[in-house]
Amino acid sequence: MAEEVILLDFWSSPFGMRVRIALAEKGVKYEYREEDLRNKSPLLLQMNPVHKKIPVLIHNGKPICESLIAVQYVDEVWKDKSPLLPSDPYLRAQARFWADFIDKKIYDIGRKIWTTKGDEQEAAKKEFIEALKLLEGELGNKPYFGGESMGYVDVALIPFYSWFYAYETCGNFSIEPECPVLIAWAKRCLQKESVSKSLPDPQKVYEFVLVLKKKFGIE
Amino acid sequence: MANEVILLDFWPSPFGMRVRIALAEKGVKYEYRDEDLRNKSPLLLQMNPIHKKIPVLIHNGRPVCESLVAVQYVDEAWNDKSPLLPSDPYQRAQARFWADFVDKKIYDIGKKTWATKGEELEAAKKEFIDALKLLEVELGNKPYFGGETIGYVDVVLIPFYCWFYAYETCGNFSIEPECPVLIAWAKRCMQKESISESLPDQQKVYEFVLMMRKNLGIE
Repeated sequence: MAEEVILLDFWSSPFGMRVRIALAEKGVKYEYREEDLRNKSPLLLQMNPVHKKIPVLIHNGKPICESLIAVQYVDEVWKDKSPLLPSDPYLRAQARFWADFIDKKIYDIGRKIWTTKGDEQEAAKKEFIEALKLLEGELGNKPYFGGESMGYVDVALIPFYSWFYAYETCGNFSIEPECPVLIAWAKRCLQKESVSKSLPDPQKVYEFVLVLKKKFGIE
Repeated sequence: MANEVILLDFWPSPFGMRVRIALAEKGVKYEYRDEDLRNKSPLLLQMNPIHKKIPVLIHNGRPVCESLVAVQYVDEAWNDKSPLLPSDPYQRAQARFWADFVDKKIYDIGKKTWATKGEELEAAKKEFIDALKLLEVELGNKPYFGGETIGYVDVVLIPFYCWFYAYETCGNFSIEPECPVLIAWAKRCMQKESISESLPDQQKVYEFVLMMRKNLGIE
């Protein structure tokens, strides 16, 4: 049977970007479908009835929901090239721990940076930099979290780089002076086509954030 | 090298129970250490410096943190018996999806059934039952979520069963009339020694919850 792969996604979603990168790393041809999140398609509601969220990977008609689950699925199905998770159980556990850390910290704290002001925003900026510094500690002097090549944690984290300009501009701070190793890692990842073609332009993300701020009445 | 396995845990933690069950299913001998969460041990703080939480599985001196990460690690490191995750990538993705659903819903909503009152409590009870009903549909007419034997989702969910009595008594509602299939599944799980020996007595959990309510100033 021919492989049919569809990705229901939204262009600025870091979670969707993770799946795009994984598919690109594996050389999988797929159909990208952009969702209007204010008017979700019948297919999305049918394929993800529990959460009704993107991304949803649909492989030969069967849905896989939740970005980290979809990335692991892609890694396991297209296992002939570019392994994302290591083969050693302990190293796999470490990779899963850090992907979970990213899920617990980066999105929510990042969101606070552009949705809050004053003390709350200052606290969020501090927490955000601390989280990035912990990630720098984990990266160490490896080129990628995955070692010599990109791995699961790289794929889980790099999408947020496209949101850094929006965080910095809305929050009036600069990440690179605090986390130079992480920014160097991010630029290294952007050299790879699988990543650069999966991430939107940070300027467009910033403009999108301004639209959201206006809608939510945040100045 | 001999296998040295230590579990840093706290007796009523459903997250700790998951790891206990996984280790028991695999027949792994381990040292159980109960932590005083108001006075965390140096070992806990050293082994989980990021989150400082239990459970922490320590295998030959190396820590694995986060219960779902630890359960998958146990499944992969002791892969000679009682597989918890299926071998098919799509079924693995489905198992991970439902484990993630349990993590997103059951603990937090369950907590609201003993920590809130009035309309907030009523809303939490409804949301809780709705979540259990979705799990019932996923179970279908299988004896376990894992099929003929206990699997990943069973291990992830069954610990909350020993909290049901506390939820029901504090929240003044009854789960079995709404979710008879799920309760039947839970009782079936409790027939297994790996589970019955890993879960505390529900009366003791209830008394613990009463103490927590008092500490939090909830009547």
